[in-house]
Amino acid sequence: MSVVNSVRNIGHAVIDAIWRIGYATRFFTLILLNSGSSFRRFRLTVKELYFTGVMSLIIILVAGLFVGIVLGLQGYEILKRYGSESALGTLVALSLLRELGPVLAALLFAGRAGSAMTAEIGLMKASEQLAAMDMMAVSPIARVVAPRFWAGVISMPILATIFSVMGVFGGYLVGVIYIGVDEGSFWSQMQGSVEFQHDVLNGVFKSFVFGVAVTVISVFEGFDAPPTAEGVSRATTRTVVQSSLVILLLDVVLTAFMFRGN
Amino acid sequence: MSPQPLVEIRDVNFAYGSRPILKGINMTFHKGQVIAIMGGSGCGKSTLFRLIGGAIKPTRGEIKIDGQVIHKLDQHALYAMRRKMGVLFQFGALFTDMSVYDNVAFQMREHTDLPEEIIHDLVMMKLHTVGLRGTHALMPSELSGGMARRVALARTIALDPMLILYDEPFTGLDPISLTVVGDSIRRLNSALGATSVVVTHDIQESMKLVDYIYFIADGVIAAEGTPDEIEASKTPFVHQFVHGERDGPVPFHYPAGNYMQDLGVSI
Amino acid sequence: MERTSLDLWVGAFVVAGVLALTFLAFKVGNMSTYNASESYNLKASFNNIGGLKTTASVRSAGVLIGRVTEIKLNPQRYEAEVTLSIDKRYQFPKDTLISILTSGLLGEQYLGLKPGADDEMLKNGDAIKQSRSALVLEDLIGQVVASKAENAK
Repeated sequence: MSVVNSVRNIGHAVIDAIWRIGYATRFFTLILLNSGSSFRRFRLTVKELYFTGVMSLIIILVAGLFVGIVLGLQGYEILKRYGSESALGTLVALSLLRELGPVLAALLFAGRAGSAMTAEIGLMKASEQLAAMDMMAVSPIARVVAPRFWAGVISMPILATIFSVMGVFGGYLVGVIYIGVDEGSFWSQMQGSVEFQHDVLNGVFKSFVFGVAVTVISVFEGFDAPPTAEGVSRATTRTVVQSSLVILLLDVVLTAFMFRGN
Repeated sequence: MSPQPLVEIRDVNFAYGSRPILKGINMTFHKGQVIAIMGGSGCGKSTLFRLIGGAIKPTRGEIKIDGQVIHKLDQHALYAMRRKMGVLFQFGALFTDMSVYDNVAFQMREHTDLPEEIIHDLVMMKLHTVGLRGTHALMPSELSGGMARRVALARTIALDPMLILYDEPFTGLDPISLTVVGDSIRRLNSALGATSVVVTHDIQESMKLVDYIYFIADGVIAAEGTPDEIEASKTPFVHQFVHGERDGPVPFHYPAGNYMQDLGVSI
Repeated sequence: MERTSLDLWVGAFVVAGVLALTFLAFKVGNMSTYNASESYNLKASFNNIGGLKTTASVRSAGVLIGRVTEIKLNPQRYEAEVTLSIDKRYQFPKDTLISILTSGLLGEQYLGLKPGADDEMLKNGDAIKQSRSALVLEDLIGQVVASKAENAK
């Protein structure tokens, strides 16, 4: 009997997961359909941009700098073995622009802004604020969810770009100032191998995709959270876990398409 | 009394899955009335509220407000209808990220193109009616429970609704706040010429306040009448409720097996 | 939060994003040295291109002047046909030599242009006649072994 039961449990989990994906997709469509007022009354979105974008800035700046410093130190150690220390700039810039910038910024964003979004919307639901809004003939999706969604989608590429720049600066600090790699070759090697469209824009596109994914997960989990203290806290945890997994999964897919070594 | 009632509830049934909540409810609310809907906890009062607000659809029957069947309206028409309704939620449900002023101004800003000076005057008038003009700069977290309820009341009447629904407005209030809120409900109803529906357990407060009372028990209307009729009612359920007796038709014990058996005591 | 200071912060945030992107484009990336909109195409054929890839750089005297845009095999002659896009500012004589070079011992492969002395310049769509293929390690070893064998006779 226990075999039948565990098979039944698997089936239940699969059906539940598919149902949630379908529900989230419908929710995503609803957000897009209700996005008019986020742009007509851009003030609403600007306010959310402050909370998601500006408030995440400190952690992005600090983390970007540290990652750049570490890349500089480790990269130098490895490149030295092949006598190509001058390629340090290339190594730092390419790894940041293609992977680390978009991915790490998105992970930090999910932890900093995504979880806050889920908790905020979940608490608004638990205290009946969303129901009250709906009864006042104001759609909570248009008024509460959509501006947060767009703020997240706009912030994410900006944050990722700033992260990469800070990282390059960190690499420069370690490589040129601290270790003493030739400044000219650091920048010229970097410029010689970083291509704007292939590396920079692809990275920005990645972060845009991550931004959509993280914010959809965040606002969906908040909106779908059971209206209790426990429900909201669980939804917040789920936001961070699911966002992180989805970011890494999407990164594999996007990288496979963008950088297939052609 | 006007011949055309504002709200007509005809044979409304509602079930969550296979669990019936409401079984054939009939109610009529006329313009200018204050109506109380009472019943024990979990009798389906809140469900009835959500049905009137159009948040859920009845399994059978219909609810007509101002001549329109509420569950047949599309999203747009439903929102148009809700602009003429005001709902006061149990704990006020004030928007915690906005000041008292912005809370009251919310609907005016969302639904009208009024200039900010006129909105300012209107907000002050609404806050004045609930006696809280002085709190306009505060955040909801800085208000006491009773004050929050009154601010929510000011927000509810922001656009002068024709139908106001109160979801347990007296819960958790001290006696003074309770009287103030009860008094405001009556006063506002006359001032706006609206219809008010109050869902409550608070029998004493609502007896003073309302024109007509419906009792719901087990998903049906157990009794109805004016406060005087209810007071004099001999129906066992109503008697138990009005006088707050512990045991009666509403049993103290949830249905359970043999007590001795549960304790493992054999006689 | 005051409305104006909120606007200021968000404005500064967006400006910082734009500046960061500009920095990536011009200081980190190659936008300053190479502009794709003002370029012309040249073709070249090689017996073997080794590990050359599209988007590989094209250099003359070590300066980046263009990119490889297309690589395909000519099915009649079994030669690799490479198309390159060169910055308009740089013109090369008809008898320019093109060769596949490697940056460092293990680095990426790139194309090097060595100008000749012809008075006529290459125009858009022209083919470079003189080319030198990539050094393939196996061939190189084969040659060394063969010459050793010659010497031993």
